[in-house]
Amino acid sequence: MTGPNGDIVRLDAARKIYRMGNQQVNALDGVTVAFTRGSFWAIMGASGSGKSTMMNIIGCLDRLSDGHYRLEGQDVGTLDDDQLSERRLRHIGFIFQSFNLIPQLTVQRNIELPLYYLGWQPEPSAARATELARRVGLEDRLHHRPTELSGGQMQRVAIARALANDPHLLLADEPTGNLDSATGEQIMKLLDALHREGKTIIMVTHEPHIAVHARSRLYMKDGRIDRIDES
Amino acid sequence: MNQNRFFRNIALGIENLLLHKLRSVLTMLGVVFGVGSVVAMLSVGEGASQEAMDQIRKLGSTNIILTSVKPVDEDDRTAPRSFMSMSMYGLTYDDYERLRVSYPAVRQIAPVKLLRKESRLGSRSMELRVVGTSDAWFDLVQRELVAGRRLRASDEDQFNPVAVLTEFGARRLLATQSTIGQRVRIGGQAFEIVGIIKSESGQAGEMQVPDRDVDVYIPLRIARDYFGDTTTRIQAGSMSRERVELHQIIAQIDEMGNVEPTAAAIEQMLQRFHRRKSYEISVPLSLLRQAEATQRTFNIVLGSIAGISLLVGGIGIMNIMLASVTERTREIGIRRAIGAKRGQIITQFLIETIVLSTIGGLVGIALGVLTPMLITYFSGMPTVLTPLSIVLPMVISFVVGIVFGLYPAANAARVDPIIALRHE
Ligand SMILES: Nc1ncnc2c1ncn2[C@@H]1O[C@H](COP(=O)(O)OP(=O)(O)O)[C@@H](O)[C@H]1O
Ligand SMILES: [Mg+2]
Repeated sequence: MTGPNGDIVRLDAARKIYRMGNQQVNALDGVTVAFTRGSFWAIMGASGSGKSTMMNIIGCLDRLSDGHYRLEGQDVGTLDDDQLSERRLRHIGFIFQSFNLIPQLTVQRNIELPLYYLGWQPEPSAARATELARRVGLEDRLHHRPTELSGGQMQRVAIARALANDPHLLLADEPTGNLDSATGEQIMKLLDALHREGKTIIMVTHEPHIAVHARSRLYMKDGRIDRIDES
Repeated sequence: MNQNRFFRNIALGIENLLLHKLRSVLTMLGVVFGVGSVVAMLSVGEGASQEAMDQIRKLGSTNIILTSVKPVDEDDRTAPRSFMSMSMYGLTYDDYERLRVSYPAVRQIAPVKLLRKESRLGSRSMELRVVGTSDAWFDLVQRELVAGRRLRASDEDQFNPVAVLTEFGARRLLATQSTIGQRVRIGGQAFEIVGIIKSESGQAGEMQVPDRDVDVYIPLRIARDYFGDTTTRIQAGSMSRERVELHQIIAQIDEMGNVEPTAAAIEQMLQRFHRRKSYEISVPLSLLRQAEATQRTFNIVLGSIAGISLLVGGIGIMNIMLASVTERTREIGIRRAIGAKRGQIITQFLIETIVLSTIGGLVGIALGVLTPMLITYFSGMPTVLTPLSIVLPMVISFVVGIVFGLYPAANAARVDPIIALRHE
């Protein structure tokens, strides 16, 4: 295990309990794990095993019911809602299975979205969006709307958006889940490149051929860590 | 920087609204018509009241006007139908003297005696409406002098048989240029025309402007001496005689504050000296006050209508914004996941609502300014736009945006990003 100084994400006895009526679901049932800076993880496991719940916790979209989550050494449990927003804005890039682009906005506007909340001026934002679009190979689609793009193109826009704030940590929840395997491979090439540049990537997937792109694999089962393969 | 951000927020709000042009326009309509009708009604109301108040002011807001009125019981049918029946009523020369002498607040006072006399100039002959009065009349009722001079105090003292024609009277009597210095015969007596004044026609409420139907003014003493106080009227074969000394007395009071107390004192005095009430007192100032009170009531009614229509407009906006929040739940979730704070989501939706209501307000004001102009153009009815009637609806539409935008915006901020993102 890596020392605390190298950990970008650290969960200690993390628990997330959902209550529905008098039923109780332990979506995370005492997870202790650390992800070092610059690592590339695949989180695997059956449907309902708590993968998305863990991603939401790590992404500061949700809070633990019990235990601790440290992001870059800071305990997230003590932060208020605005501070959580601030973490997401400055430290984290999200990539979703269903892309989650805003359909009314152009590709450029979608990529600029984090910059808008960071308070960037229009001209530097536009320059950065153009640069990122080039990076994902979509510089000729800047003024298109997402609905005019293919799934793979949409996911590349989403990656460009996730990179806009230059985060250390990229979270991808089944990024290829809605794509055919050839397109999925293209997306994985992009993630591989980002990993080589030093980004920490945590990716949920249930496809083994996708998971092999990651350096380490973590298997979830019933809200617990089943096993870890580190290479 | 901050200001920059403010304008960017507004620009983004407008951009967002432009994504749904038809819906945005329809949403605005409530505020457009609300504000438009408020502006239009205020300007029509203001125009009407200013016109009424102008007419009352023309009567002189410090004047008290006494008018002789034939008492109701002095009817021909109740009085014995003798050959020489005569009714006597109205204001007297003594009333005039008492008013002139014993009220310190009365600054100036003019008597009015109305007569109809057969008149003749050369070969032309017609009945003229004649007023016997004093020089003070010309001070109390401001009329522009067209030619010559007005009556003077010396005409009265020296018993000069002079006459001042109104423009209207001059046009009836003669069409020649050299009117001044001409001699006319009025009721068989010779008069010299010394001046012509402008006619004023018009009416304020139910009160007649004193010289509306007047053709010629002569000194009171002359009128009294030449023609006496009794008029004989032959009607349907029977003859009736009336004796009225003065038909009207106009008193000007030194200051506003004294007008109503003096009017009350005069009324008491008249009651003491007249067996029956054969006179009327009208106080333009009181009429003015009444008109103002009416205007206030009118404004309250207008204000309520305005409030209701803006409320309806605001509810319309709120309704659409609530629907918009539901429809854009996913967008809100995305923005929140990316790092937007609750406050920024609130700002976004609030700005959209305020932009909607404010643009609606601006269009409404344009509509509300145009409508009275068209009314004036087509019907000649006066309308007046005051700065308040524009600024107030503007402010209100802005406030409507805030008030009715807050609830949908708060709803938007409550969206849970995790649930919203799962929302397909
Ligand atoms: N908001 C929620 N309310 C109640 N139960 C939930 C909620 N989110 C997830 N769960 C439950 O938590 C468990 C883990 O879910 P999730 O993390 O989405 O699984 P995975 O992503 O591995 O398929 C599941 O049993 C799921 O039904
Ligand atoms: Mg999942």
